[in-house]
Amino acid sequence: MITYEWLYVLAGSFFALWSILSLRDQLYGNAAFWGILSVSFFAGSYLSDLANGILVLALVAIAGAGQLKRSAPETTLNEERESFSEKFGNRLFVPALIVPITAVAGTLLYNYLPLSIVEGGLFEERRETLILFGVGVVIALIAAMVWLRPAALAPAEEGRRLLDSIGWAAILPQMLAALGAVFALAGVGDIIGDAASGAIPEGSIFLTVVVFALGMALFTMIMGNAFAAFPVMAAAIGIPLLVEGYGGNPAVIGAVGMLAGFCGTLLTPMAANFNIVPAALLELKDQNAVIRQQVGTAIPLWICNVVIIYVGAFLLWN
Amino acid sequence: MSYWPLLGIALVVIGFALRFNPLMVVVGAAVATGLLAGLDFVAVVEALGKAFNDNRYISVTWIILPVIGILERHGLQQRARSVIESVRGATMGKLLVIYLLFRQITAALGMKDIGGHPQAVRPLVAPIAEAAAEKSHGELADGDREKVLAMSAATDNVGLFFGEDIFFAIASILLIQGVFESYGYPLTPLQLSVWAIPTAVCAFVIHSWRITALDRRLTRVRQVEDKEDAA
Repeated sequence: MITYEWLYVLAGSFFALWSILSLRDQLYGNAAFWGILSVSFFAGSYLSDLANGILVLALVAIAGAGQLKRSAPETTLNEERESFSEKFGNRLFVPALIVPITAVAGTLLYNYLPLSIVEGGLFEERRETLILFGVGVVIALIAAMVWLRPAALAPAEEGRRLLDSIGWAAILPQMLAALGAVFALAGVGDIIGDAASGAIPEGSIFLTVVVFALGMALFTMIMGNAFAAFPVMAAAIGIPLLVEGYGGNPAVIGAVGMLAGFCGTLLTPMAANFNIVPAALLELKDQNAVIRQQVGTAIPLWICNVVIIYVGAFLLWN
Repeated sequence: MSYWPLLGIALVVIGFALRFNPLMVVVGAAVATGLLAGLDFVAVVEALGKAFNDNRYISVTWIILPVIGILERHGLQQRARSVIESVRGATMGKLLVIYLLFRQITAALGMKDIGGHPQAVRPLVAPIAEAAAEKSHGELADGDREKVLAMSAATDNVGLFFGEDIFFAIASILLIQGVFESYGYPLTPLQLSVWAIPTAVCAFVIHSWRITALDRRLTRVRQVEDKEDAA
């Protein structure tokens, strides 16, 4: 049976390669960071919890000390890219499309065809989409290499260029999910659930949905990041009240709750990359000009999200 | 029941608001929450290590970077620009609505770096939108020019935010999966990402209407000016 473990070996190999290339580039902080991450992918399942915890602390120490630098691996010039773009045309989108098509079509085929080739299933239960995503990446990579014939190390170096532009933020979502798990362990949800069920009128599902979506948007505005707001609001209201208390559909509450947070992202100068940087790039006089144009979209859209959660997670579900 | 573990939540909020390194903030909050819930330090590090390890699949998504990188090396972004430029000659409203749709669809297919402010908005979308607005409405007043440029940037954000979650292998979807899993609710990425579609449709309808409204308002301003000139 194909499990996540296969995917972790694949990802571990990528991170190991990026670590080695960073080392060759004398970016020691980057080399250590991606190297530790590759150890986590290769060996995480065999290490003790404490050893994994120490890996986490090491990653955070490197990032916190500002040891992750942007890299500038050799790449093509703008003029070369222009002529490639002319030469290859819209077919350039095709390798990128292989990935989602493999994953989605593969998942549908796998679930709707009786594929009992392997005893107990070909893929680990509920893991097929992400595993097929990995398969799609490998196929797309081979297709691009065969078609474009770049230098052997080019995909790794181009990947490193993109990865280093993301930097430590690459593991922030994983870290936030871990925080969510620690919140769960510490019983944060139960504590807030108790307090909040006193504050919100008993049985008012709609009002609880409003508070949840409003919390997502407000926390996102304060923190500038919907990802960070998510484990907080899920622990506080989403799971204890909406899912457990009122029996709502967890998929809708999770997915649309996150999108209610994204409405908050449109409204805050704290999300500088999206809202303040473009105002500077466009040389606008008012640094909040982009946010001003977004208010009229974000507020009605937030209301839509409240309605979608209420209808999708409760009216249609029960 | 003790309310002390809630301090961890406050630490996340304050830490992000004060712009400390987010990884340090998250780990600091996790350690504080665990300690306040009565675990000892080693137990907290163990809990964190186990949780981080269980959620490795979230960071697996980065294996797509070599594919995107090798395509960028061969002109993917330049290609995206040609697609956008091909609608040159349309009105400002029509142009931005098409860009919104293009951005939502490409993000939904996992190509979220195809647009963006430095890569696409500043060199391409904003100047074309401004030129289109001037073509139909004449020279723009300073305030109106700012609105057209800002609306171009806003369109990029709306298209990205409300397209990307339809792609299942993206950090936000897997983060939702991870959080629900730690509370004992197993979900699949596709189960979550299909629920991004209704909001994506709403975002397209609402934002398109607002773009068109801005275009109409510029028309009205011009008609008023024309009448004044005639008078």
